[in-house]
Amino acid sequence: MMHTADLLNLFAPHRGDAIVISGRGGRHWIDISDTVMDIPLGDPAMGGHAGFGLGLALAQPNRRVVLFDSEGDLLMSLGQLPTIAEQAPANFYHFVLDNEVYATTGGQPVPNAKRVDYPGMAHAAGYPTAVGFSELGDVATALPGLLHTPGPVFAAFKVLPEVENTPIGQRVRWRKRGAEAVVRDLRAALAGRS
Amino acid sequence: MTDAAAVAMSPETVIRQMKQNHVTDIVWLPDSETNFLYLLMQADPDLRLVGVTREGHACSIAAGLYAGGRKPMILIQNTGMMESGDSIRGWLMGLNVPAVLMVGYRGYTRHGVNTDTAATYTERFLMAFNISYYLVESDADADRISVAFAEAERTKKPVVVLVGDEFHGFNR
Repeated sequence: MMHTADLLNLFAPHRGDAIVISGRGGRHWIDISDTVMDIPLGDPAMGGHAGFGLGLALAQPNRRVVLFDSEGDLLMSLGQLPTIAEQAPANFYHFVLDNEVYATTGGQPVPNAKRVDYPGMAHAAGYPTAVGFSELGDVATALPGLLHTPGPVFAAFKVLPEVENTPIGQRVRWRKRGAEAVVRDLRAALAGRS
Repeated sequence: MTDAAAVAMSPETVIRQMKQNHVTDIVWLPDSETNFLYLLMQADPDLRLVGVTREGHACSIAAGLYAGGRKPMILIQNTGMMESGDSIRGWLMGLNVPAVLMVGYRGYTRHGVNTDTAATYTERFLMAFNISYYLVESDADADRISVAFAEAERTKKPVVVLVGDEFHGFNR
């Protein structure tokens, strides 16, 4: 298992000009990068990040889109895997942070937490590349090559749970912009470059 | 020609509305009302079809397409729209995505005596979510689709076009 912050710090130098949807890694990623190309959406509706990433990747085919999804989100919308595989965006990197629990609700395990083969599911749905990592050292070795592999690329990372038990209303708000402002700013930036 | 066919909304009319409103992508899940429309959309090189396996997925995909500068339209059935409530809330309304959802109105009867609860709850669902909607039943109603696009753009909110199912215009 690895810490999400360590994984994100390892990824950051390889990011290039990719759009990064920070997903469940958002509260760590915002300390690493907070530009208009960073997309901290919070949790608009659980299970939808993969679809959002797909849509963004299809809309911006000349730019890599990297999504830090979670296994809880993925389990809620497994049917998105064949849709992504069918559309086959070569610029989409679908990374899943697998902490085996619903961390934001107190750490209850996701169903069959230790036995689900997420890369196997992605591969079976049609992703050409689907791999899993449990050690940071292995990620360090593989990540540069993985990010230059044509997508859609799926990678699952075993990460330590960061369980929150504080009542939602008392939690520290880490996002600096509302989700609607994040989307608005991204659209403006992309339009300005076209 | 039957009376039903005479008043149906033709798939060609729907495609024309999509073109007039510069739709780039159709995010959809097939239903019995849209099969013929599917064949036309598939043959159109300017439209990308993104098929989903559950209607709620269409909302986040459309949001991502919009965030990246595209103009998506969602094509689903009323049953799936109701299933998608939280995704509509979070991914479309929450992110100010001005998407038009064209929704097959399963069970619709003009006289209002429904035998299908899918129809019974459709407009109540939309009212509960405070989502603006328009009903189309025939080619004569087609301009309401453009009205829906204009309203979505102006309000930066999703707008629904309900396709009256009674005449099966798409499924000829």
